[in-house]
Amino acid sequence: MSVQQDDLDGRLSRHLRRGIVTGAGAALIAIYLGSVGLLAMMNARPVVANVLTLAQTALLAIAFLVGLLSQRTSAKDRSPVFWTAPLAGLVAGLLAAGFASLILSINLRSIFIALTPPLARLLTFGQPGISGAGLLVAGSVVAASAGALYQRLPHKVRRLIFPAALAVLLCGMFQEFIQVILQSNALFRWFAPWFYGWDGLTARGGLTIFAIALAFAALPFLVRRPGGFAGSAGSHPWRRSAPALLVLLLLLLVPIAGGPYIAQVFLLIGLYVLMGMGLNLELGLAGLLDLGFVAFFATGAYITAILTADSPLALAHYTAVPSFPFWAAMPLAVLGAVLMGILFGIPVLGVKGDYLAVATLGLGEIVRIVVQSDAAAPILGGAQGILQIPKPQIGGFQFGSAVSLFYLTLAAAIFAAYCAWRLERSRLGRAWIALREDEDVAQAMGINLVQSKLLAYAFGAAFAGLAGSIFAVMVNSVFPSSFQLLMSINVLALIVVGGLGSLSGVVLGALVLIGLPEALREFGEFRYLFYGLALILTMRLMPEGLWPAGRRRRRIVVPATGARSAQAARP
Amino acid sequence: MILEIENMSLAYGNIEAVRGVSIKIVDGGIVALVGANGAGKSSTLNAISGLIPIKNGSIRIDGQSSAALKPHEITRRGIVQVPEGRRIFGRLSVEENLLMGAFSRTDHAAIAEDRDHMFELFPRLKERRRQVAGTLSGGEQQMVATARGLMARPRVLLMDEPSMGLAPLVVEQVFDTIQAINAAGTTVLLVEQNALMALEIAHHAYVMEHGEIVLEGPGAELAVDERVVSIYLG
Ligand SMILES: Nc1ncnc2c1ncn2[C@@H]1O[C@H](COP(=O)(O)OP(=O)(O)OP(=O)(O)O)[C@@H](O)[C@H]1O
Ligand SMILES: [Mg+2]
Repeated sequence: MSVQQDDLDGRLSRHLRRGIVTGAGAALIAIYLGSVGLLAMMNARPVVANVLTLAQTALLAIAFLVGLLSQRTSAKDRSPVFWTAPLAGLVAGLLAAGFASLILSINLRSIFIALTPPLARLLTFGQPGISGAGLLVAGSVVAASAGALYQRLPHKVRRLIFPAALAVLLCGMFQEFIQVILQSNALFRWFAPWFYGWDGLTARGGLTIFAIALAFAALPFLVRRPGGFAGSAGSHPWRRSAPALLVLLLLLLVPIAGGPYIAQVFLLIGLYVLMGMGLNLELGLAGLLDLGFVAFFATGAYITAILTADSPLALAHYTAVPSFPFWAAMPLAVLGAVLMGILFGIPVLGVKGDYLAVATLGLGEIVRIVVQSDAAAPILGGAQGILQIPKPQIGGFQFGSAVSLFYLTLAAAIFAAYCAWRLERSRLGRAWIALREDEDVAQAMGINLVQSKLLAYAFGAAFAGLAGSIFAVMVNSVFPSSFQLLMSINVLALIVVGGLGSLSGVVLGALVLIGLPEALREFGEFRYLFYGLALILTMRLMPEGLWPAGRRRRRIVVPATGARSAQAARP
Repeated sequence: MILEIENMSLAYGNIEAVRGVSIKIVDGGIVALVGANGAGKSSTLNAISGLIPIKNGSIRIDGQSSAALKPHEITRRGIVQVPEGRRIFGRLSVEENLLMGAFSRTDHAAIAEDRDHMFELFPRLKERRRQVAGTLSGGEQQMVATARGLMARPRVLLMDEPSMGLAPLVVEQVFDTIQAINAAGTTVLLVEQNALMALEIAHHAYVMEHGEIVLEGPGAELAVDERVVSIYLG
């Protein structure tokens, strides 16, 4: 046997192994999802009514991804061949079909309560016996091949198809929300039936959305001036701010149209956006990791409670201090949070990196435990908290509803965003950026380390204090248990997912990480699985975040050479 | 005397890195501080910049002790360090790095002028003003570090091994630049491994070994001193 033949055999067996292993992996994931009961839950949510459920979409997506991954070049396999994809699909399909027949023939429900005949039917697209198994295997092979084809498409085409498919998925998955909004307005009601039936997205609606999204995704390609180069797309200010304006418009309109529940969700998102912008100053600009951030939020909430509540714990009740209206209490809450920020910053001034994370975590917990303690109970109410915080009022108008409080939060967030934006471009903002990059050198440049760091904590805390103040009136009461470590971690996660240092990223991160679990309430504890999945996926696929800050995006910018491009690079 | 170090000692824990060092820097000169690895040169510069505390002795700026001053206050008195290993702000652009150097200044018009002047001094940087500094070549990064230091309009520029890791031809350019900077009126304290070249351009020089000054004299003299030659060439 010649050496060449040997090599060929080696490659063949490698491709074979790759196909079988990835296929088996996919089947395992599907079996896992089925066994824990997630598939059954997902099956209750349609993507396209009567055609495709979320569970089926997930299964197809797994097969699709397997096909896609089988075509990736890796260090071990420099020249992937197409047939590994259908092979992987075949293996996955056969294993899943075996699993389905196992469920039908043996009763495993005493161990895994989720392994029911309906699950088997779901796997086999509702068909019984051999034809169902055949359908499952065929579907798996086709989806995997489609994934492989997709991977082989040019990058540009993929950039068109992916957002379009995502749009259909989102419009289908969240049909309940969208339907509520569509029913709010005569114009919407007029075209809504084209897209949605009573039980979800229609097939023609899905196709239309796909086409519209495709056109939108193609827009940048069409509008680009002939002869211009890629970087020039960012040189029109309106084009860069258009997405932000769109999001703002969405934020303005959706809560009124969507009713109280959606307004409530958006209100929560708004509060997290406020906090995210604060932590973004600390971490995104100054590079100070802070896991005790919730302490500032709690400070704002408690100060508002003590000053405004109609309760024996309110200052007005046992001192000569009058009862404050919300509008007077809010600035004081912010001020209190700022003081807390400075107090918080002093002990950790010299602490860096990993140690800073642990130190701030400890400080945050101390604040919560002090609030909860019996010692502070006469003032702060201990675990019972402070009740009966009145809603804000302007003249005769009371911010009683979630919708009105949402607009209050939105106004606060816009103001805060403006402040954050100005801060980033200020002298102080530059000092923070230098500190994050290299503390010693920053000092050698004449930056006052102590002052700059404390100001970073102070400003970050101000934003959180504002959010806390609104939170207090939103829930009418404050309890120590509302201010858990998890909240700090949520804020941290959302700014990292959104893109550190990026204002738009904060909004996007909050929408995804706070909005998504809310939208998936019916999945109970599983929604945190999605939360984790969203975290891992964004960090794997978009390590700079969903909407990276300009400063980070520029890392790959090549120097401008020659007059033409030098001109184009100017902002 | 713009900068005077007298009998200065400092330690990292129990390790005495610098012992009884005295250095005088008069206005307008180039002073070289040379010595082998670990001799304590960078430690001396960091002590001058206020980044590490001294144990004994004194550092005086314009005759006043700098003991109570914070690093940024020393910078504002015109003593500016270009640190070892360049340590530019890697995620900022070349231009942003330069502007960062002028952080403690408020004369905006003059800052813009100085920036343009830096681009004349280092034409390579002008071409790359919007490039992220971390992606520059080593020599270009050294140019950024030097220009950033000059942007503070220092009275004394403390340069820690500006020739580190550079090709001989580029080293020549760096030394030419140092002389040009000095000719324009900036006093320079130059720390170098590249001892012979540093001694050649220095008006006055100190040789450091194991944390102590072992030799001192005019640069040109030390350059031919057999003790120096034996340390560095033999
Ligand atoms: N942060 C530190 N902690 C402990 N020891 C240190 C520290 N920094 C420096 N040293 C020690 O102090 C001594 C002097 O170091 P220094 O950096 O001043 O040397 P140097 O003369 O600049 O050497 P080189 O030419 O290699 O840069 C060395 O023995 C070094 O190991
Ligand atoms: Mg050194």
